Formats: sequence, structure tokens, C-alpha cells
Amino acid sequence: MKPAHVRLENIAKRYGEQWVVRGVNLNIRAGDFFTFLGPSGCGKTTLLRMIAGFAIPDEGAIYLDDQEVSRMPPWQRDLGMVFQNYALWPHLTVFENIAFGLRERKIPRAEINQRVHQALEMVDLKGRESRRPSQLSGGQQQRVALARTLVIQPRVLLLDEPLSNLDAKLRVEMRLELLKLQRDLGLTTIYVTHDQEEALAMSSQIAVINRGEVIQVAPPRTIYEQPADNFVAAFVGQANLIPGKVRARMDAMLTIEVGAGNNNIVQVVDAGKNFQPGDSVQLCLRPEALELSLAGADRPTMNQIDGKIVAAAYQGASVEYEVAALGMIVKARVAHAKGQGLFQRGDAVRLAFAPEAANCLAPSNGA
Amino acid sequence: MPPTTTATFAPPRQRTDWWQGGIMAALLLVLTAFILYPVLRVLWISVSDDQSNFTLIHFGNFFRRPLFREALWNTLWSGALVVIFSAILALPLAYVLARYEFRGKLLLQTAATLPLVIPPFVGAVALQLILGRSGMVNLLLMDWFDISIPFMEGLTGVVIVQTLHFFPFILLNTVVSLSNIDASLEEMAQNLGCHGLRLFRRVTLPLMLPGFIAGSLLTFIRAIDDLGTPLMLNQKNLLAPQAYLRITTIGMDDVDGYVVCVVLVVLSMVTLLAARKYLSLAEYATVQRAAPVARRLQGKNLAIVWFVIALTLGISLLPHIGIVMLSFAKVWSFSLLPSSYTLGHYEEILFRVPHFVINTLIYTLLAAGLDIILGAAIAFLLLRTGVPGRNFLDAVATMPLAIPGVVLAVGYLRVFHGWDFPGLGAPLTSSWVILVIAYTMRRLPYTVRACYAALQQVHISLEESAQNLGANRLCTFIKITLPMIGGGLVAGGLIAFVTSCVELASTIMLVPRIELGPISYGIYLYMQSPLGRGAGAALGVVAILLVSLGTYLTHRVFGGRAGNAFRV
Ligand SMILES: Nc1ncnc2c1ncn2[C@@H]1O[C@H](COP(=O)(O)OP(=O)(O)OP(=O)(O)O)[C@@H](O)[C@H]1O
Ligand SMILES: [Mg+2]
Repeated sequence: MKPAHVRLENIAKRYGEQWVVRGVNLNIRAGDFFTFLGPSGCGKTTLLRMIAGFAIPDEGAIYLDDQEVSRMPPWQRDLGMVFQNYALWPHLTVFENIAFGLRERKIPRAEINQRVHQALEMVDLKGRESRRPSQLSGGQQQRVALARTLVIQPRVLLLDEPLSNLDAKLRVEMRLELLKLQRDLGLTTIYVTHDQEEALAMSSQIAVINRGEVIQVAPPRTIYEQPADNFVAAFVGQANLIPGKVRARMDAMLTIEVGAGNNNIVQVVDAGKNFQPGDSVQLCLRPEALELSLAGADRPTMNQIDGKIVAAAYQGASVEYEVAALGMIVKARVAHAKGQGLFQRGDAVRLAFAPEAANCLAPSNGA
Repeated sequence: MPPTTTATFAPPRQRTDWWQGGIMAALLLVLTAFILYPVLRVLWISVSDDQSNFTLIHFGNFFRRPLFREALWNTLWSGALVVIFSAILALPLAYVLARYEFRGKLLLQTAATLPLVIPPFVGAVALQLILGRSGMVNLLLMDWFDISIPFMEGLTGVVIVQTLHFFPFILLNTVVSLSNIDASLEEMAQNLGCHGLRLFRRVTLPLMLPGFIAGSLLTFIRAIDDLGTPLMLNQKNLLAPQAYLRITTIGMDDVDGYVVCVVLVVLSMVTLLAARKYLSLAEYATVQRAAPVARRLQGKNLAIVWFVIALTLGISLLPHIGIVMLSFAKVWSFSLLPSSYTLGHYEEILFRVPHFVINTLIYTLLAAGLDIILGAAIAFLLLRTGVPGRNFLDAVATMPLAIPGVVLAVGYLRVFHGWDFPGLGAPLTSSWVILVIAYTMRRLPYTVRACYAALQQVHISLEESAQNLGANRLCTFIKITLPMIGGGLVAGGLIAFVTSCVELASTIMLVPRIELGPISYGIYLYMQSPLGRGAGAALGVVAILLVSLGTYLTHRVFGGRAGNAFRV
């Protein structure tokens, strides 16, 4: 079947008095690997269930290939869903689990046989067809669940945290397998996760969701490098959020006064947010964007801030420092090679970063 | 016996203290004396000849006699019918209760437990008045159409009475297994294109089947165990009444009675084992996410459901209505309603001969207390110690589920008759103590279950942290464990109390003298004569009230999990 595109228009859903999804507009192109990313309870599952047809939106409309399906029952939508707990039927064998959807579609027996075996081969589970789900390992169950959904050639693949029940190593392996399958089949995939690393590694588009609202929709790099606001900045990866005030603007270059003390003027590139002198802003600085040197070292092309090491955590390939600077704690991650010396608690240091390395965001309003 | 849940619970401690061994020995002594030995004695008599040699000749005779073959067949057949009709009554209700939200749901839930509060033999009498040859319904039918339907004759009557009494067991078990089905299992099927009746047949039904079958088998055990209903309806050719009549009319030495007993035990044991097997299969479908969201019922569907509720309520309340009316009736025969009313029957049983009520309270409360002590001790040994022999203890404590009351009573009569019990100065069977013992043993499995479940909830680390903070063992038990398992213990005791209140089978065989009889015995006696029926009914109403009170309290203590108490 040809992969479909999915459009959500102004979707809202409430349970009782509480709105758990609000004003969601999304356009998911055919063939996209589209991820809903957000903290626990933000409404990802609810959104996915509305697309699958297990919940009906209170407002707005859902389109599959331009056909409105908001109220169509789940069994008519032809979407494949993989549940977080796999939802394998314990009373059926692996074969029967996978054949289930084909039988519903009244496919001839011989073809069912052939397609189930193909699916088993695809997920690398040949020879296990007569087992019960309880006789499989977690990863194998996961793959049966995937095969069961893929075998019906769904128009869209919906995955609700499919890897969260697996151990760390298996999770990374399955991630790659899943991605390969998706690419090979060219399936439109909607993937729900609260694991930002997973989202960055797999997606072609990410929608970051908070409290039922979509905050930003963009490819992984944009999400990480140009977060739309400080929620995205803090949720995806680590971020130092430093309050400041715009003093001047020259083309795209902003001059910003941060904190108190010496060396508190920094230059930052404005990525299209159009801040004006006098605006309050927040600087988003990734820990790995900061360079660390002994106090007094001078890097004239970079912004420089003085501080003092408060804590150092050795992590093998890198060292994470906490630096007291600008009246707050700033985190810096520095690559570490064997034999290199470490800064010690109490050392006076200088933090430096390039004007393009920082992001200038609107200050948080309470959030 | 109880379901073994996760491995996170306390591992048995390996060190065995002398006092643990002491408790174990005492428990084994008691259970052997009052459960194992009497039953083995019955078994031995059925397979030995005059010279105490092993023989199967008695069983050969049993199967050669048409009378017994018919009794066996009747038992199996009526038991099966009870299960089938109960299932027909229970399944739709179970589905509606588990899957829909609607106004009046609570009413339906309550209606569903009402049959449990009326002892089946009391229900039998009441239904005679309503469905019997000259009962209400037939009088009306005669009036209107000049026909009469023999609802209560022969096996039909037994099946009707037992169905109305036992269908809640299937209902409760099925509701539990339906709500244990993980929501995503059904949603996944819908996602793959399956819905409606097909969804029910391909996914829901297979998943709820184990619980349903376990409930059915349990119902079967209870149906063949029931002595009161056939006796009240004068339907003698079933196994339980045959055993009873053999022993009481022909005598303690009639081997046939023992053979019938053994056949009954074998039937129950096999059924119980099958039920256990099915329930262990049921474990696989337990919840990860809450049961499927209850859908709201409205409009036409709501009307249909309400019709079903009204029908069920009506049918399951028939016995209650009949018995209450009879208890107030001065004269009630060959007429639609009693011709005049009186409070005399209550005066009789509460003031003139109050001992039935008083005896019941004494016996059942004693039995419940003993059950709590035994149950708690057994649960403790099973969960918190490594004393050898725990599995054996567990097995023996579960056995009573599959030992019909008649059989236990026959065993007691055989073992304790004719020799003075130490400390009593008389045979145990000539004292009311034997009734307390019988009740205690009969209900022990339920209390053990309740105590086991309660103690299992208390993670051992809770006790250990108290000990770590300086509390000794006794202090830990009193301050930590007891408060946490108290509810479970009380619930276990209440179940023992409720079910003992209406225990007839062992009672009528073991009551030494009339004035030592409890309510169930009183009802049985009164009901033998038309003149006594009013007083019998009044006793029946008292029994219903006691059971209702107990059931209500159980629900209060157990909360929504009350249904669990009736599972295998
Ligand atoms: N059936 C329901 N009834 C009432 N509230 C619900 C229901 N389902 C979800 N909610 C609420 O809606 C909100 C969003 O839930 P949802 O399951 O969509 O979150 P989620 O983003 O998937 O979280 P998680 O990452 O923990 O799975 C939560 O606050 C939850 O409590
Ligand atoms: Mg979720």
C-alpha cells in the first residue's frame, strides 16, 4: 500500500475538565519518520490514539491522505499500531498473532502463509512461528509485534514507545533495525517517545510537545541547534539558560549584557528572532559549546566569561565541569584525552564560546 | 494454593527456629486429625473387606447397582445443567458489568450478589411456594390457561434452585477475568481490522475463558456438594443425599454409604484440580494497563440493559420474596398470597425457642475465630519461614474445598464416635464442639487464602526495617505486621462466618441433640411439617440477615476485591 500523509488540524482533547491536547496542527508527509517527543503525561499517547481511532478528538479534524477520519472506527483506518507493551495475544502462537490481521482481511490461506513467513524473515524470527509469546524474550516479542503490524502493509505505522521495555543495549540495536525497516518499506511512521536521544537519532521530523501543545516541529538538527524556546532547549539535551538584556544590535549580531561582574558583555548571533535593544532574553548555551581555559588566557574572537570550578565529573571521553559564573552554575563539557590534566575544584577559569554557538531565546514566562 | 505472584516478595527464610517447628507440628496434628485422617478412614472403609484386606468389590457393586448408577448420572447431569444455566444467566451480565458504565450499575452489582445471601435450601422452600405445584405461578397458570408446569418436580427443581443460588460465582469470576484483560489486547485487534462480535470471539472470549471455566468448575463442585436442596425438594437420587440416607437410615456400618462418599470426593477433587489448572492458565492475561475504558450506555442499549437488570433482579429475588412472605404468613396454602399475617413465627424463634439463633452465633463466631488463628499461622509458615513440610500443609489446608460436607461428617462420625475424647469425658460427636470443628475445617481454605493474600502484601523489608530500628520480633509483629494484615484477617473470618451460618450438609449429620442445633438445623426441622414452615421461614430470614450483614462487612473490608474471596 502507498504510504499516506497525515494531517492534524486544530486537534484538542480533554478528559473531564482537563485539556490534555490543545490546538495541535501537524502535517506529516508521506514517508516521514515523525516523532512526538515530550515529557511524561504531555499527551503524546493521547495524540497517537486519536490518530489510530481509539479516542475521538473533542475539537479539530484528522486527515489521512486528505480524507477526514476523525470519527472513523479504528478497524477501518488501516493504520498499524505497535503498543508499548506489545499487546501480543497470549492465547495465540507467533504465527497466529502475525496472521491475525490478514485473516481479518480475508486473504487466501496460501498467501497468508507466504506473507507471514516473509514477515518473520524480515524481523529475523524464522523458526519461532509455533511458539507462544510468553516463550519469547522481550526483544523477540517486540519484533513479533512489529511483524504483526507490518504484515498488513499499513498506510501509516504508529509506534508508542516501542523500545522502552528493552534494556539499553537491545534498545540501540532495535533502533537501527527499526530505522532500516522503515527506510526499506518507505513507511510513514509516527513514533512516540520521551527519550530525546532516541528522537534525535531516528527522526526525520520531531514535534516537541509540552502540556498538550506542540512547541516546535523541525528536523533533529534544528531542534537541537536552534530550539524554539527554553523548554525545547532544556528538554532536548542539556542547556545553560543565562538571562540577559540586549544592549545593541548590528545586523544579526546582538550585544548582550549578562549577569553581573567583569566581562559580562557577549556577542550572539540572532537566528531570526529579531530581538531589539532593551529586550530581555535568555541565552541557551550547550555545555559542549563552551571551551574552558585557565583564567587569563585570551581568546579575542570569542565571548569570554570568568568563573570558578565548583565540581568536576570525569566521564571517560569527556569531563563535565560545574562552573560558578555570572552568579549561577554553568555546565561545561570538555573533551578529554588520556594523560590530559583536569581542572580542580576552586580553580579560576575562563569560559569561552563563539557567537554562533549560542542561541538567543525569549525569557521564560514562569515555565 | 494461593496464586504465587511476583518474585519480589519475601524469599523463605532458611533458618528454622524451634518455635516455628512447634507451630508446624501443632498445625499438622490438627489438620491431620480433623481433615486428613477422617477422609482417609472413609476411603479405607470403602476399599477394605471385613478382614481389613484391600478390595475393590464395593466399587464394583456400586457401579453394578442401577440405583447408584442413576444417582451418579443424576449428579453429573444436574451439576452440568446448573453450570450451563448459570453461565447463560451470568455471561451477558458479566460483560455488561465489566465493560459498560451506566446509571444503575451499582444496583445491578448488588442484585448480582443477593442470591449468595440466601442459603440454597431456604431458597428451595421459598421457590416451592412460588413455582411449586400449588405455588403462585401455577395457581395463576391454572386460573388463566388451565395448565400447570412442574417446575419444582424432580431434578428440574434442584437445577432451578441451584442455578439461582450459584450463578453469581460464575458472574464474579467472569467479571474478574474480563477486567483483567489488558486493554491493548483488544485495541490491537481493532487496529488490525477486527471488531464487534468477531473481536469478542477471536480475542475477548479466549482470554476470559480460563477464569470463566474456573468459576464454572467451582460452581459444579458446590452443586454436587449441596445436600440441603435435594433433601428439601425430596429428590433423593443424587450422590449427596444417597450418602446421607445410607449412613443415617441404614447405619454407620453400611459400606455403600462410604463408597458414595468416595465417589463424591473423587468428583470434587478432579474438578478442583481442573479449576486450578485453568486458573493458572489465566495468569497469562493479567493487566499491565487498566481494563478497557468502560463505555457509556445510552438510549436503546440502556433500555435493553435495564430490562435485563429488571429480569435478573426479579428472578434472583424470587426466593427472598417467598421466604419473607412465608415468615409473616399465618395461613398460606392453595392461595396466591397468604390469607392473613402474623408476627408469631418470629416470636417463636426469637423468644420461645431462641437456641437455634444463639447456637448459630456461638458456633460460627468460634469457627471464624479459630479459622483466623489457623489461617494466619498457616500463611505465616508458608510465606515467612523455611520449615520443611510447608507444601504438605498447604495441600491439606486446601483439601476441604473438595470434601463435601456429608463426607467430612461421615468421617467424623466414624472416627470420633464411641470413644471419649481426652479432656471432654465424652465422645466428641456427642458435643456441640464437633460442629465448631466441622465449620472451622470446612471454611479453612477461604481464610488461609485471605490471610495469605494479606501477608503477601506486606513486603518483608517493612518488617526488616522495623527490626533494623530496634523493634524485636514480637514488637514488629504487633506494630507493623498486624495493622497491615488486620483487614485481611477480618475478611477471612467474615467469609468463614457467613458461609458457616448456612452450612447444612455437615450440620444435620453432626448435631448431637435438637437443642444443640443451629439455625440451618432448625430450618430443616421446621420445614418437615406444614405447620412449622412459618417458623422455619422466620429462621431463614434471620439467616439471610446474618449473611447479608457478614457480606456487607466483607465488602467494606475487602473493598472492590470481595469477588476474589470466592475464587479457587
Ligand atoms: N483515559 C483517561 N482519562 C483521564 N485522563 C487521562 C486518560 N488518559 C490520559 N489521561 C491524562 O492525559 C494526560 C496525557 O496522557 P498521555 O497518556 O497522552 O501522556 P503521555 O505523553 O503518553 O505520557 P507517557 O510518556 O507517560 O506515556 C495525562 O495527564 C493523563 O493523566
Ligand atoms: Mg504514553
